[in-house]
Amino acid sequence: MTDATLSPEGAKAPEKTSAQPRSLYATDELTKKRNASEKRFQAYGIAAIGAGLFFLVVLAYSIISEGIPAFTRTVLTVEFTVTQEQFDDAESQLFKTRAYEAVFTEAMSAQFEQKDIQVPFDIAAIERIVGKPGSTIREFYRANPDKLGQPVAFELAASSRVDGYMNGRLTRDNITDSRFLMKSDLDLVDVLVESGIIQTVFNWPFITGADSGVDNPGGAGIGASVVGSFFMMLVVLFLSLPIGVAASIYLEEFAPQNKFTDLIEVNISNLAAVPSIVFGILGLAVFIQFMHLPQSAPIVGGLVLTLMTLPTIIISTRASLKAVPPSIRDAALGVGASKMQAVFHHVLPLAMPGILTGTIIGLAQALGETAPLLLIGMVGFVARGYPDGFVSGFMDPNSAMPAQIYTWAARSDFAFYEKAWGGIIVLLIFLLSMNILAIILRRRFERRW
Amino acid sequence: MNDMPKIEQATDMTDSKISANKVQVYYGDTHAIKDVDIEIQPRSVTAFIGPSGCGKSTFLRTINRMNDTIDICRVEGSIQIDGEDIYDPKVDPVQLRAKVGMVFQKPNPFPKSIYDNVAYGPRIHGLARNRAELDDIVASSLQKAGLWEEAKDRLDEPGTGMSGGQQQRLCIARAIAVSPEVILMDEPCSALDPIATAKVEELIDELRENYTIVIVTHSMQQAARVSQRTAFFHLGILVEEGPTQDIFTNPVDKRTQDYITGRFG
Repeated sequence: MTDATLSPEGAKAPEKTSAQPRSLYATDELTKKRNASEKRFQAYGIAAIGAGLFFLVVLAYSIISEGIPAFTRTVLTVEFTVTQEQFDDAESQLFKTRAYEAVFTEAMSAQFEQKDIQVPFDIAAIERIVGKPGSTIREFYRANPDKLGQPVAFELAASSRVDGYMNGRLTRDNITDSRFLMKSDLDLVDVLVESGIIQTVFNWPFITGADSGVDNPGGAGIGASVVGSFFMMLVVLFLSLPIGVAASIYLEEFAPQNKFTDLIEVNISNLAAVPSIVFGILGLAVFIQFMHLPQSAPIVGGLVLTLMTLPTIIISTRASLKAVPPSIRDAALGVGASKMQAVFHHVLPLAMPGILTGTIIGLAQALGETAPLLLIGMVGFVARGYPDGFVSGFMDPNSAMPAQIYTWAARSDFAFYEKAWGGIIVLLIFLLSMNILAIILRRRFERRW
Repeated sequence: MNDMPKIEQATDMTDSKISANKVQVYYGDTHAIKDVDIEIQPRSVTAFIGPSGCGKSTFLRTINRMNDTIDICRVEGSIQIDGEDIYDPKVDPVQLRAKVGMVFQKPNPFPKSIYDNVAYGPRIHGLARNRAELDDIVASSLQKAGLWEEAKDRLDEPGTGMSGGQQQRLCIARAIAVSPEVILMDEPCSALDPIATAKVEELIDELRENYTIVIVTHSMQQAARVSQRTAFFHLGILVEEGPTQDIFTNPVDKRTQDYITGRFG
């Protein structure tokens, strides 16, 4: 043991050891140190992974717990009949929706009587609970006049405060009387819940609907912005994949190695690191102010995101082309394939999994990008009459998922905050499914070879 | 193969298939091959031997212009195949490589089926008009490469799933399938075990009847076994070239003798 220590007599040690064989059972100092540092390094690694996992779990928990309420909504299911007379009468009045609300209140009272419920309430309380049901009822009968005189079951959205009371955000203790909801209204709500009129159901309108006004968080949905994001991603995919792959193939396989191509290479790497807001202002200047493309349109968003995604795709495509063994190129050239045949018949298919993965990761990045969209106006847009017309294509104004989430998070009503978390869940579901798609494609293409 | 122009036959006394004249190869500033003159006989095996880095592989790759793919590589002098200068601007390297096939050091089958490996060359050169003709080409190429018995029942399986020796013979079959006149082999057995090597050597000996073969090898025994003529390269210079028998038993140059007797290299 002492032979190996760095003691002052160390110099003499070799003479001693040469005389007697060193034992393999005794660990010497240097080996001990090396083993210790190896263990330490492994511990750092495990700690780093542990910390990462911890934050991931915290993030996932908070997203899910905050976002889940956005997927449920509180509705009042009331069945009643509006007669032709009542309809004509209401239509002739100045405040038409008011008139319908009166009809609704009557119907409510009738149901209460029928169920033998004794709660005093007035039209104002009903309005606070249901929002303004008049316009919903009016629109229904204007669209379906043949239903007049027949009983119709209405599913009316409760106001966001009632929603909050139902999912536990508001309680009798923390509620303050306001024009939105009075403490006394909660008695009515409780009774309605008991009698089965108020129910919590899955919030389809959140998935399919468009954004609503600032005073109606209950009606806000992410559907329209999903459509906007979808059109943008189509633009990004169909522009950046062919351009990026073509550019990479040329640079990697055909371009001569000189100062000019070096410069291009350096600039592509630099572009990948340019902040997205720079691309946003570029898009604003070039596509909207110079080329006069429509504002807030998915085509412009798609073009800007294409610019942003291209470097990512080019870099990953070049890396996967580089990873194809040169012996394959030699083999193809050796039997007399032209350079292009060698690339397209042999190199490209082998590089495909990498190219697809890079593209999908680039698309996923683009899907979550917010800053450039703020600059080209794809934000804070309320689609009226959705799903008809407004979000139908590339040229029509729309929003996108991340921009929609940003808008909601910035609004004052707490219910919108919930929507923002819910929107994040929807966005993450899209990102996750894109990544799963990338993995599946990768597996598939790899297995073929 | 012997349809050379009359004039060439008259001037070309040796009747050689490949004739190199003062060939220089530069990699950037490095002068890799210096003043190589060599005549390679048709329907024979010529072996290039020499220590690592002596330029034998580089010279081999100039014969089918595989070095074109290296940007900094430059070739001077003339290499003629059947009296035609292959570095003439009129020559398309793709056509040249169909005439001068190549087998590489490491077996490099395409990651496709055995059938597609062999059929690839005929397909891109349009050698078969229909599937039946292509099947014939594939079968006869595999037969010539001595792989038919092993491969006929697994033509749809990937070529990369075969053993190393089979893969190398598959690569030879792939080269034969485009009906080349010359086959260049760059250390074809260096990655193979002795049994696979013996099979490939046997194959080379059979192929000599129909093809002009140039083989680069590190194994002097292999050169002695398979070749009719041997060329010894050293430091980018062709030191000596002659009948294999003479090179190994009675070398003229001291360097050749030293290398063969194992004094360096």
